[in-house]
Amino acid sequence: MATVRLSFSPAPVHVRTARLVGVAVARRAGVREDLLDEVRLAIGEACTRAVALHRQYGVAEPVLVEMSDSGTYAVRVVDRAPIEASIGLAALDADQLANESLNEDELTTGVGFALLAGFVEDLQVRPVDDGIGTEVRMVWPLHR
Amino acid sequence: MELSLATRTVGEHTVLEVGGEVDVYTAPRLRERLLELIDSGARHVVVDLGRVDFLDSTGLGVLVGALKRLRTADGTFSLVCDKEPLLKIFRITALDQVFPLHPTVEAATGAGA
Repeated sequence: MATVRLSFSPAPVHVRTARLVGVAVARRAGVREDLLDEVRLAIGEACTRAVALHRQYGVAEPVLVEMSDSGTYAVRVVDRAPIEASIGLAALDADQLANESLNEDELTTGVGFALLAGFVEDLQVRPVDDGIGTEVRMVWPLHR
Repeated sequence: MELSLATRTVGEHTVLEVGGEVDVYTAPRLRERLLELIDSGARHVVVDLGRVDFLDSTGLGVLVGALKRLRTADGTFSLVCDKEPLLKIFRITALDQVFPLHPTVEAATGAGA
């Protein structure tokens, strides 16, 4: 069961709020202090990705963030963009990053995914069970 | 913390000191400032990330954009960063192999970056 649920209209200004809430709940739940920077970054990246998809596809529905602390600290970030938009996430190597033809949006997407994959050991990106969209699920251990 | 931007000149280098949070909301302001600097003739740009306490993929995208733009204009672009959490971000994304990274502004400007 989610302990905290946050939904926000898909605007960049709200991503910081989601990060702050996500870290506050993580700290309260008992996530190790030295992991909190990574939690902040990962929640930010997942929300940034969701906002970008909503804006790209003109989806006005809110982005949903659910945080639960039963046994582990689990965060779900749910977007409502067409599912095919999520395919093609891949980490880029240094040559691709420096490639002149890669535009900033593509680069940001690739880098964002690299950060998620690099900072979250337990990461799943999958279609939502109900309707259109994708959920990014991230889990961290609790130490309490 | 809000984004802060301040520019100074060290020799032939233009040093942009960035502070606060660079994310999807604030990165457009960083992009705008970098474009202004390059459009006004800066060719050797050093971005000092010493007072940045959050940097996400959008901010990294802006920095790579500036690097590419300056490289096309026969300029140079380097970063100053000595904070381990930020350095880890550069390593994880392989961007440590793309940017010249220096621990201090002196190293960045003295190294002919």
